[in-house]
Amino acid sequence: MTMLEIMSFDSFAVRAVVAGLGVVLIAGPLGCFVVWRRMAYFGDTLSHAALTGVALGIVLGVNPAVGIAVIGLVMGLLLLGLQQQRRIPTDTLLGILSHAALAVGLIVVSFMGTVRFDLMGYLFGDILAVTGGDLAWIYGGGAVLLAGLAAIWRPLIALTVDQDMAIVEGAGRLPVRLAFMILMALTVAIAMKVVGILLVTALLIIPPAAARRFATSPEGMAAAAVLIGGAAVISGISASFIWDTPSGPSIVAAAATLFALSLVAGLVADAARGRS
Amino acid sequence: MIGTSLVEIRDGSLTLGGRRILDGVSIDIRPGQIVTLVGPNGAGKSTLVKVALGLQSLDRGEVRRLPNLRIGYQSQQITLDQTLPLSVRRFLTLTHSQPVALLQQTLADVGVPHRLDTGIHTLSGGEWQRVMLARAILRHPDLLVLDEPTQNVDIMGSVEIYQIVARLRDDIGCGVLMVSHDLNVVMAATDQVYCLNGHICCSGHPADVSRDREFQRLFGPTAAATLAIYPHSHDHTHAPDGSVAHGHDQADGLDHAHHHSHAHQDHGHHPDDAADKRGRD
Repeated sequence: MTMLEIMSFDSFAVRAVVAGLGVVLIAGPLGCFVVWRRMAYFGDTLSHAALTGVALGIVLGVNPAVGIAVIGLVMGLLLLGLQQQRRIPTDTLLGILSHAALAVGLIVVSFMGTVRFDLMGYLFGDILAVTGGDLAWIYGGGAVLLAGLAAIWRPLIALTVDQDMAIVEGAGRLPVRLAFMILMALTVAIAMKVVGILLVTALLIIPPAAARRFATSPEGMAAAAVLIGGAAVISGISASFIWDTPSGPSIVAAAATLFALSLVAGLVADAARGRS
Repeated sequence: MIGTSLVEIRDGSLTLGGRRILDGVSIDIRPGQIVTLVGPNGAGKSTLVKVALGLQSLDRGEVRRLPNLRIGYQSQQITLDQTLPLSVRRFLTLTHSQPVALLQQTLADVGVPHRLDTGIHTLSGGEWQRVMLARAILRHPDLLVLDEPTQNVDIMGSVEIYQIVARLRDDIGCGVLMVSHDLNVVMAATDQVYCLNGHICCSGHPADVSRDREFQRLFGPTAAATLAIYPHSHDHTHAPDGSVAHGHDQADGLDHAHHHSHAHQDHGHHPDDAADKRGRD
């Protein structure tokens, strides 16, 4: 393949990068809330449950992304409902939901012995096989999700700072939290194509964590998370071309490297401040 | 309006997780009135505040809140995540935007001028407490609810915060519901003190001791005019399991207040705790 072919818009390489950038546009800002609200474990729960979604989608003959979104919504609603009781803490509830969903997913997959499908592609992503239709899904869906996030942005930040305070001031009605759960479930469904269901949480939390050091406002952190996520997508896909590594894991490894660099940059900045 | 309760809780009882938190509690806050809740840790003070705010419902009893009540609420400890970058300006305007001049004026009123564009994670404990107070009073509430507003603040800082609250009450006539972490020293301007330990142990006015010479010597004239000793008068004691035993010798005044504070130890300052929970750079 010549360089020109790789660079043309029709090439799978360019499509992969465009798809990845589309996903980080929504994963960056939404991931900030996952970090601020300490919901990384909920992301894991969604990704485990996504396997059940994929399996059910294939069994029922619908798009696996739809299956993932539906199962994610069910998980979010179950969590909100179970959180109303106080005896079992949230992390335990998430552990129960996560592993129950994973177990059900594995059982459903075992019944599909004769159905052939690319399990590895779903687990670790298959960004190099992204089609034009996938791109339409990612950008169309991503735009809707971004608009939804923008609509609840201010009350969600108030709720994140202090739930009681926000509710007293009229900013914290239940639909905001419900809307956030829905956004997360749908984002996992969209991001699954890029890094796979096992690594979706990484795309949500690593770019915001790396962005924290450079941000002085919530919006600044969201923007920086998008930039860092974009850099991870481009460098990860480039690396996977150069060294023929799997693309999804390469993107996550690149993001983790950027996070490590942000830590070093922070230490250097602190040391410089200490000397002056 | 005068005479109409802003919030009234009548005979409120609540059991959470098998533990009786509130037991037949009745309180009432009127416009222009300052009500202080005191009591040991775990007495249900913050829970009662949440009931008054409508954040927590009761098993039994009645809560009546004036409709369309504008509430300024400072919760006990906002567990601000270190990962959320926020300036003071942004913190003050989280739910309602306000003119910058008002923000600056309010910050100056609570004694932290020029902090508008400071990151909240770089504030000291005392500054943070004042910024939270500024946030609660910013919208000129009908009811100001302050859960331990003098936590992590030294005695002179407490005096200043009490003066700000009293001035605000005088200026806009709001009702004030305040939780105090100190069992015996409360704000002198308090109209009614409720001592809570599941139920209301006793209630009344803080003693007017501000002219007492010993008290003045202890706190200095300014503090002595702002702080007051609340003399508890209980007709019962609490067994370690929280049950009530009647027939305890009744005693009034400061002497008894001392016994009381010994009986309910472990309610003091824990500045380290609070700092850890909030986290900072």
